[in-house]
Formats: sequence, C-alpha cells, structure tokens
Amino acid sequence: LPQYRTLPSSSPRHDDLKEMLDSNKDSLKLEAMKRIVAMIARGKNASDLFPAVVKNVACKNIEVKKLVYVYLVRYAEEQQDLALLSISTFQRGLKDPNQLIRASALRVLSSIRVTIIVPIMMLAIKEAASDMSPYVRKTAAHAIPKLYSLDPEQKDCLIEVIEKLLADKTTLVAGSVVMAFEEVCPERIDLIHKNYRKLCNLLIDVEEWGQVVIINMLTRYARTQFLNPNMNVSIAGPHILYKEEKEKKKTEATAIVKRKPYVMDPDHRLLLRNTKPLLQSRNAAVVMAVAQLYFHLAPKAEVGVIAKALVRLMRSHSEVQYVVLQNVATMSIKRRGMFEPYLKSFYIRSTDPTQIKVLKLEVLTNLANETNISTILREFQTYIKSNDKDFVAATIQAIGRCATNIGEVRDTCLNGLVQLLSNRDELVVAESVVVIKKLLQMQPEQHSDIIKHMAKLTDNIQVPMARASILWLIGEYCEHVPKIAPDVLRKMAKTFTNEEDIVKLQIINLAAKLYLTNSKQTKLLTQYVLNLAKYDQNYDIRDRARFIRQLIVPTDKSGALSKYAKKLFLALKPAPVLESPFKDRDHFQLGSLSHLLNAKAGGYQVLPDWPEAAPDPSVRNVEVKDSEGRIGLLGDTREVPEWTKCSSREKRKEKKADKPFYSDSEGESGPTESADSASDTASGSESGSGSEESGSGSESEESNEDSESASEEDEEEEGKKKKKNVEKIKARKPVPESERYDSQPNTIASVQVFDTICKPAWLYMQFLLNPPLPVSVPQTIVPSGNLKTYELLHRITGEGLSVEYCFSRQPFSPDPHMVAVKIQFTNSATSEAKSLHVEDAKLQSGMRIKEFPEIEVLPAGETVSVVMGIDFCDSTQAANFQLCTHTRKFFVSIQPPVGELMMPIFMTENEFKKEQGQLMGMNEITEKLTLEEKCQGEHAVVQRVTTAANLSRVPCGSDKEFAGKTVTSGSLVLVSVVTKEDGAAQLTVNCEKMVIGTMLVKDILQALTQ
Amino acid sequence: MIHSLFLVNSSGDIFLEKHWKSVVSRSVCDYFFEAQERASEPENVPPVIPTPHHYLISVLRHRIYFVAVIQSEVPPLFVIEFLHRVVDTFQDYFGVCTEAAIKDNVVVVYELLEEMLDNGFPLATESNILKELIKPPTILRTVVNTITGSTNVGEQLPTGQLSVVPWRRTGVKYTNNEAYFDVVEEIDAIIDKSGSTITAEIQGVIDACVKLTGMPDLTLSFMNPRLLDDVSFHPCVRFKRWEAERILSFIPPDGNFRLLSYHVSSQNLVAIPVYVKHNITFREGSSQGRFELTLGPKQTMGKGVEAVLVSSQLPRGVLNTNLNPTQGTYTFDPVTKLLSWDVGKINPQKLPSLKGSMSLQAGASKPDENPTINIQFKIQQSALSGLKVNRLDMYGEKYKPFKGIKYMTKAGKFQIATR
Repeated sequence: LPQYRTLPSSSPRHDDLKEMLDSNKDSLKLEAMKRIVAMIARGKNASDLFPAVVKNVACKNIEVKKLVYVYLVRYAEEQQDLALLSISTFQRGLKDPNQLIRASALRVLSSIRVTIIVPIMMLAIKEAASDMSPYVRKTAAHAIPKLYSLDPEQKDCLIEVIEKLLADKTTLVAGSVVMAFEEVCPERIDLIHKNYRKLCNLLIDVEEWGQVVIINMLTRYARTQFLNPNMNVSIAGPHILYKEEKEKKKTEATAIVKRKPYVMDPDHRLLLRNTKPLLQSRNAAVVMAVAQLYFHLAPKAEVGVIAKALVRLMRSHSEVQYVVLQNVATMSIKRRGMFEPYLKSFYIRSTDPTQIKVLKLEVLTNLANETNISTILREFQTYIKSNDKDFVAATIQAIGRCATNIGEVRDTCLNGLVQLLSNRDELVVAESVVVIKKLLQMQPEQHSDIIKHMAKLTDNIQVPMARASILWLIGEYCEHVPKIAPDVLRKMAKTFTNEEDIVKLQIINLAAKLYLTNSKQTKLLTQYVLNLAKYDQNYDIRDRARFIRQLIVPTDKSGALSKYAKKLFLALKPAPVLESPFKDRDHFQLGSLSHLLNAKAGGYQVLPDWPEAAPDPSVRNVEVKDSEGRIGLLGDTREVPEWTKCSSREKRKEKKADKPFYSDSEGESGPTESADSASDTASGSESGSGSEESGSGSESEESNEDSESASEEDEEEEGKKKKKNVEKIKARKPVPESERYDSQPNTIASVQVFDTICKPAWLYMQFLLNPPLPVSVPQTIVPSGNLKTYELLHRITGEGLSVEYCFSRQPFSPDPHMVAVKIQFTNSATSEAKSLHVEDAKLQSGMRIKEFPEIEVLPAGETVSVVMGIDFCDSTQAANFQLCTHTRKFFVSIQPPVGELMMPIFMTENEFKKEQGQLMGMNEITEKLTLEEKCQGEHAVVQRVTTAANLSRVPCGSDKEFAGKTVTSGSLVLVSVVTKEDGAAQLTVNCEKMVIGTMLVKDILQALTQ
Repeated sequence: MIHSLFLVNSSGDIFLEKHWKSVVSRSVCDYFFEAQERASEPENVPPVIPTPHHYLISVLRHRIYFVAVIQSEVPPLFVIEFLHRVVDTFQDYFGVCTEAAIKDNVVVVYELLEEMLDNGFPLATESNILKELIKPPTILRTVVNTITGSTNVGEQLPTGQLSVVPWRRTGVKYTNNEAYFDVVEEIDAIIDKSGSTITAEIQGVIDACVKLTGMPDLTLSFMNPRLLDDVSFHPCVRFKRWEAERILSFIPPDGNFRLLSYHVSSQNLVAIPVYVKHNITFREGSSQGRFELTLGPKQTMGKGVEAVLVSSQLPRGVLNTNLNPTQGTYTFDPVTKLLSWDVGKINPQKLPSLKGSMSLQAGASKPDENPTINIQFKIQQSALSGLKVNRLDMYGEKYKPFKGIKYMTKAGKFQIATR
C-alpha cells in the first residue's frame, strides 16, 4: 500500500476523499478511510472530514466501520456536536447478538470524550457489566476509568460497578477490573476483602498484564491487612499451629490460649504461594511484580527465591536490564546475601551501554564485603582501563565507596587511587582527587605525603571540582603541610580571577584557614584575595568574602564571633559517608515508576507500613470469612490447582474469627413456635454426605473439622449452657427419612433432597402431578449420588449457620420454568436460629425467585433442607439475595453451572437426528477431544455427561446422544459424543442459544478430559 | 496507563503517532530529543524520562525509538515489556520491523495498536488472537481483497479470547503435520588476558515451529533436565507437571513461538569452545604497535566452529593498521577505530591468525586503554551445555506428525580482555 504514504497536499479540503466517502461502493470508502487513517497516523489534521466520515459509522463493511471508529475516537472531543450523531449507532451495537460488536460498540462509545453522553455511558457500562459474555464484561471494566476521567462525579456509581465486577469469577475480567479499581478507588481496600482469596487463586490463569496489576494491588493490600513477618522472627508455620491446636484441645474451658509471637496469616501465605510460580513467567513485568511482592511481604528467609529470576531478566533487552538493575540496586542494600551468589552476573562487559555499566557498578559496590572485595577490586581495575570515561569515573567513585565501607581495604584503595593521579586522562585524575579527598578525611595524619602530592597537581589539573577538592584538603590539613600551603595560596591568588566559582570559594576558605593558623606568612595574601573577591561578579563570592573578613580580621567593631573564628573554621569535621544513591529507596514500592525516578509520580499509591499491632480483628475476620465463603461457591465450579489451596491446618487458625460483621442485625422478630419443623438433621446430612464427599473434596472435610473444633471452643466459653442444649437436641429424635427409591437409580432418588418434614403433603402432591419424567427411559443414568454441593454461606460467616445448596434436578412444580435448588441449613451454633427466610432479591432483569417457605426454628446442631425455585432466564448470571435469620442478614448468591439450566426430555433417535439437522451452522459446535483413560467406556462417558448437564440419554442410540431443553425458554439442547478408537472422540452440541451451547461444550469437555 | 505512542526514527523524525486517550501534543517528544542529544550513544538514552506533565518510556529496536507517553504511576517494566511485544507483533506481521514496513502498512499498524490497547491497558497481545482479528497482509490477500471487496478484519470474537488456551485458535488444519524444535544456546563469557575464564554462562532457548492439526497435546522430555537451572516458560507449559516430573507438557500455539528459555548457571563448569592467543603491544615513544591474534578450537565435542567473526575497538590513538590474515578478510575503520575480521570456519589443522602492525599518531603517548576482543561464532548440531531432548509425544490427535529437533550453539557476549 505504498501509495497511501503520499497524500495530495494540494487539496487541504480533501474533496476527493469526501467524494469517495459519499460513494456507494464500500471499496472506495475503505480506500478513503485508509488514507485518512494514514493522515492521522502521521499527525496530520483531518478534522474537517468529520461530517463525511461520521456518516459511515453504520457502514456494513466491518473494516470501514473500524476505521471510522478510529477516526471518531480521535476527533470526537474536538467536534462534540457532530459526534453525537453517531451515538445511536453504538446504542444499537450494544444490543447486537455478536459479542464482538457489543464489545466494540462499548469501547468506542466510552472512548468518545463528550460530557453530554456521560449518562448514556454510565447506563451502557452498567448493562455491559452484567452481560453474558465475559469479553463484554472485560470491556465494561476498561470503560470504567474512561468514564471516570471524563466525569469524576460518577465515582460512586462506578464503584458499584467495580464492586460487581470484582465478584466476577472469570479470569478474563479479573485483571481489567482490578485496573479500574486502581484508577478509580484504590483507597477502597475494603472492596477487596471478600475477593482476596479468589484473586489469589485465579491469578495464575489471568492474562499476564492483569497479573501485574493484581499483584501490585495485592502487595498494597497485604501491607494493610497482615503483620510484618520479619517483625518478630519465629519459625512460624503449620507445624507450630498444629501443636497449638493440640494443646488447645487438651486445655479445658479455663485456659485462654496465649497469642503466639508471630504466626503468618494463612491468607498471607496463600498470596506468597500462589505468586511464586509466576517467577517463571516469560513476561519481565510479571517477574518483577512477584519479586517486589516477595521483597515487601515475604519473611526474610524466603525472599532469596527472587534473586535467580531477577538475574535471568538481565539477559533481556537493555531497557529491561536498566529497570531491573535499578531495583536490584535497592534490594541489594537491604538484602545483600540474596544476590551474592550471582556476583559474577553483574560483571561488566565492554559492550554494555554506559547507563547499564554504571548500574551494575552500583550493584557490585553494594555487594562488596570482606570476603569478595579482592575479586571485586581486581575487576574494578580492569574497568579503569576502559574507553568509556564516564564509566571510569563511576568506577573510581565505586572504589571510594568500597574503601569507606570496608576498612581492611582502605589503604589498598587509597594507593590505587593515588596511582591514578598520574593517569593521562584528566577526568580520571579529577575524579580520583575528589574521592581521595573524602577518604583522607577519615585519617588525615597518616597521609601528609599524599596531600603534598596532590598539592603539586594544582599546576596541571584544570577540572574545577578537583581543584576545589585539593584546595579544601590543603586548607583543612594545613598543619600537616605547613610549608606547602602558603605557596599554594600564593599561586592561587595569582590565578584567582580566572578560576571557576567553586574554586574561588575554596581559595577564600584556604586563605581564611591559613590566616588563622599562620597569619605571619599569609596576612597580605589573604587581604589580597579578599579584595579580589570583594569585586567579584558572583554575589555568593562577594558575600563570602565580606563574611570572612568580618570574622577573621580583628577590628574594633568585630563582634563576639571572631573570638571563635578558629573553632569555626578548623573544627573537626565528620568524615563524609559515601552512601549509595539507592539507600532507602525502598520506601517506594519496588518496580514502580516512582521508585525508578526516586520521586513520587502522579497517582502513586503509597505502600503502607505494616500495621504495628495486629490489624483490627473485625476487618480481618470479614475478609477471611467472606472470602472463604466465596471460595466455597467458586472453587467448585472452577478447579483450583491443589497446590494453590490452603492446607486445612492453616485454615484452622481462623476459628478465632467469630465476631459479627454486619451491624444491621434485626431484632428478634421471627416467630418461635413449631420447633419440630427443623429437626431432620440426620436424614439431610446422611443423604447428602455421599455426594458431598466426592463433590467438594477437601472443602467439606475442612468444614467438618472446623465445626468440630469450633464447638469445642464454644464449650470453653459457654460451658454448661451449651451442654444443656446438646442434651436437649439429643433427646429429640430425628424423624425418619421418607422412602428411598434405591431400586430405581434415576431422578426419583433425588427426592430425598426435599424437605420431607416441612411440607410432606406438598411433596406427595408433586409426585402425583408430575411423575418423574425419565421414568420411561430406563437407560437414563441420573447421577443422583453425584449431585454437587456448593457452599452458600460458610459456618464462620453465618455465625454458626452454614448453608449449602445443590441443584436437585427435579422439576420445580410450582413453576416449571424454574430451576429447583435444594438448600440445606445446618445450625452449628449454640443457640437456635429462627425465622430463616429470603429477602430482598437483587435479580437481573427477567430473573425470578420462588422463595422457600420460612423456616421458623432451626435448633442448634440440626439440619434442615428446603427447596426454592429460581428462574435464571437461561443465563449463568448469579441470583443475588439476602438470607435472613431473626437477627442477621447475609448476602448470598447462587450461580448455576450451565448444565443445570436445562432439564431432560425424552426423544427417540430419529427425532434427535431430525432436530439436530435443524440446528446446524451457527447453532452447532463441534469439538474434538481425547477422552481421559478412565472414561473411555460407554458407561463412564454417559455418567460424566449427565453429571455435567441435566440431560437424558436418547435410548437405543448408536452413538451417545443426550437431549434436554432449557428450563426457561424450552430451547432444545442436543449433545452427542462420538467415540473413535484410542480415546479420540468428537463432541457436538446443538442449541439455538449459542451462549448456552458454547458454555456447555466447555463444561462437558472438561468433564470428559479431566 | 499508556497514553500515546510515538515512533521516532534514527534521524529524529516522528513518523507515527497514536493516542489512546485524549491527544497529547507531539511536542512532548522534545524532552526525548533533548535526552537523545545528551546521550553519547543511541542506546544510552534513558528508558524513562520525566517531563513536567508526563513520563516518557521508550525502547530502541531496529533503530526505531518507540516512545510511550505515560501520565501517572505505572510499573515501567509493564510499559517496556508491552512496547517490545508491539515490536515483536510488527515483526511477526510484516517480516521486518523497519520504518518503511511500518509506513507501508500504516493502516494495519493502526488496527493492531487499536486492538492491543484499550484506554492504554493491554487488551489482546497474543499473536493468534490478533491474527484472527486482523489478518496479516500478504500479496495474495491484498489482490483478492481488492477484487472481492472483502476485508482483513475478522467479524467474530476470536475463539482464543474466551478459551482456557487463549494462545491457540480452534479449527487449525494442515495437510503436513510437523513440529520442529530448535535448541539454541548462547554462551556469554569474559576471559581475562591470561586466558582463564572470569565468568561464563549459557543461556538457552527452545524455539518451536509447530504446525499441527486440531488440538494436539505435546510432551517433551529431556535426557538431563537437571541441567536447567532456571527456566521461564511460554504460558502454555503446565508448570505443575514440570515441577513434579521435569517434563514439558503443553498445548502448543499455532506456528512459531518460544517454548522455553533457560539458564545454565556459572556455577556449573562451562566448556569454552574457542581460545584466542593475542599479543597487542604499544611501545612508549614509537609510532608503531604490534598486533598478533590467533584463534583455535577448544572443547567443541568434535563439531566445527563456523561463522567466526572477531571485532575489537582499538584505542583512539591508532591511526591505521597493516595486518595480514591467513584466512578471511579484515577491515579497520579509522574513524570509529573498529577492527573486524571475518574469519569463517576454523580449520584445526591450520589455525587462522591475523598479524601485523598498527600505526599510531606521531608523538602521541602510548594509549592506556585496553582493547577487548569480541568474538562471534556458531557450532552446529551441538548444545554446549549437553542438553538433550529425549522424546516428543503427541496426545489428543490421531495422525502421526513429523518431528524434528535441531541443536545449535552461538556466542552471545563473548569477550576477551587483552590487558
């Protein structure tokens, strides 16, 4: 396309382009747009084409459309009125079935910086934040900071959206929403509490840019929430915790266990553990982010792991090296040992750019100690011979710093530097003089010969800084060189007028000092110098001369100070400390722009100091409790790798966390009668236990452990009162479970999930009205034993009330368009819970909830199950509502896996084929897969598919075919799995709801290949 | 985060600008030009330059400065890494990343930049996702598009965006299924004047070119995985499996990608494949200097050392050289004082040498800098660390792919001090 490079500059009005844009042909429009974009790219003004371009915003050709977007975003701010013409197109785009179009409409709409459309943008963002497509939600997250920068007034509304998106469980959204959080409301750290665990666990699967943002934010978060792991060094860890636990069990109610000096919060540990693998990332920014996290948060003993990764980054592009070295320089001051093994990796190559050389030198200097100084000095010696003079100067300074820091080598360094005084290069000599001056200040007596040597240099050396240094030295130690000093002053007096300012100042100083010590020889010289200075052009020098004259030359008017002149000038001066410029730079968060510049950049969030005492326990409790609750909900739907999970031992520690969070507790208003309504604990838990064990694995185990230990602790506190309660409960016999249909391994088996006590009659009615559908399909295997249980409310969050739910896969008789959700309440608190009911459902448009009947009383230690219906509108959006007891309200949400949004239907193979034939093209999704070894048998495949989705098998089918329909709209869902040899298989899903189809494919694939 | 991007060529012209938020005037680049003037060498321009209202973060690749304008706090590496990713993408699309290539494809460049960042935050940087959104320009496609009026722009959301393997698109098909792996090692070393090694380390990468149909799941195992001291992976590699079994297990991206880079630390003894005998002397008071250089193979495991190139920056006092190579050609640039000698292949029977005299500025004193000698070479069919791939297995697909593996050693920053 070279022809686009040159544009007809003769026609500034671009008439030809306008003509092309007005034509009917897309190809001409495209050509015109390409030329316009080329103009924009070169920074040429194309704003006069705005009306012609904006007309094409609804063009059918997608490339034209995209280029129009590019144009629009670039010029909308300048042409606000005209830009408004395009808004309706985007509003239409927001409703498009294609998610890419929805997303790009939102992208452009939110990029148009026109204040009038702020309300429209706000609305669009809100809507997109609950879009089905995670990609659109990601775009919504990106749009938040755009709107915020356009209108900061919207902050509160935007925070609501951020809060909503923070709860999103997809990795695609996580990074973007945290970015929005950082730009809009970084101070609202409280929004992170309940998402902390989730973010830690998702981290490894988030795209790399998101990882950087999340890690940086979590570093700050951790600094506010956890204790300094290095404050009170102890071998904290699970082992000790375990011991503590045991002791606690032994000690009965009397002893309150003493607080350990320091025990790492398990959430703190979780963060460290989950970020560590990212040190292996190919992205330097991610590695750096993890490195700074470890530097700021990890116990000393563990920080070392980052050194290797940082050294690896030094192989990358020189810009990366530059940034990494800056950070290594800061780190190497605090934690020298960490980089010592990699000393040689910081050796300098002649081909390194100077700025890299200087930084490496800095690191080498920081790493120098008694044992390695000789090798480092040998290395420095070769550097001094380099061609690069700036680098040589830096090396000399580095030698000086080594000499001040390590006493043993001071003389060696000094001798080496003195040798450099005879170097042919003036810069080298000058730099050496400056450094020697500093070194001599430490022990001047022993080195009068060096001072003499330097005095001679004044004849040759011209670099002002070096001359000034020599003069200062001679003045300061004039008693060591009594013969030479006046002579130097004489020479300097001669050249005074030609010297640089700093040299002049030092000449005045030298004169003053000599006058005070040796006034006989130097009185006239001093007068002469001061007279010259009196008429100098520089006012500093004139001032200095006037001041010194008053001070040292005794006159009748001279004040009280002149008595002390000698003390003032010849006081013992403290030796300078040669410090690294990187010292204390770690008060900036490492890896940040502010750290690099050593100045606070705009928008920098200060890395807070560790809290001194244990952070406010209630805040921490919330965070611990809530996040745990969420993990229960999310962890099941998305497999969290084993190694990222908290061990149960660590989790146990949290049991101290038992304080209420929500202060808005309700008064005791619930009715208290009919105690028997909630006493089927045995039946509920028994029937559920099989499925729980397989479904949620370690989670449920943990919670069991937890509840055990918690009740023990309660015992400590409440003693007898509790025991009474227990006896009461024991005395009450659980009502036996109703029939179990074990002989029929189909849906009927899941009948047990219903609350048989609460509404027995209702249950039987249901049976009469709706005979279980798949009965006529004997082959159907419904994995009744595999109903997955999800956590709705954790025991700790719920103050003893734990709530779990599962999708019972039973038609919900009050409303066939609802998905039946079985909810099981377990009251492990010491007192009874009353008046359990649902309130204040916040639902997406179209969603409906049929609440379960209020549970009036749930005695301590009992379990009860109820069923509620939710119409999810065939979407996997969560249903949010409040679960209320007589005292408290809990915000909970139920999010259905896509497989639960359907119900099985009966279909013959022919019908299946026919329906499948009608759902081709866009409605068909085919995936190839390899079956996992254990699931190559037909039975296993059927088992897994029906576990993943509520479908029934088509009888007598040659292939494995499954049919169902979505609960709300009744759209057909057809799945077929064709197996070939070697475990290869092909999965086909036909569904007119494409989103459901896509998600279902994913879920089934996972079920079959895992 | 990233506000704007300016592309600056070596003569200091801004030839492309792109803004993701409101427009930043290109005069902001003046601060960059100032810094550029202060820097003695192009690579000495500081990567981060603060200005009164903005920060400029730049990278230099292919003699083009990519200058990003930042307004507030952002990790500098984030921006630098992203800019490098932009360059890689351009290279991937256009074959080269030169000013001419960028200008010729300015529309594609613009479309790419538009997709890669949204409001300054990276949106899509995976090459396979980008390629589904914007098809790389080929001559054939340009012709077809002109005739049929079709476009280079995808209309659907790339499947990778939503999948758990964002680096691979679905529905890949090849008639010849093949997977090639190149193990390339670079040795970095500093050798002192007596020929002993001060530091030497090996950096290796495994670059892959995988053209396989469907969703293959590959595992690659090594004979001696313990050698790999420090590794970084393409996101496709399953980290857990590596931790547990030292096996690389992954669903590969389609096409070319870097699977792994690794580091063999200096703690391990590194075999130095070549040695250099040198004698470079200047005598006080004489306007002549002697120059002698002989190269020879050392531990090369029987493989030939090829493509040897010697270069050295001679002291400023050297006016000219009069040297005789026994093989290859040498050049000396009297302005930059750069001596380079293209040796070619080292014949162990007849070692290549370069001998002769250097003429110095008359009356000038003896130079006191030491020239360092930089050497480049290649050794085919051998990885210096001894790393060996054991086997490559494919799961998930039924066809039999063609597999190939190639080893190569190169000199990285290999330098020898002469004094």
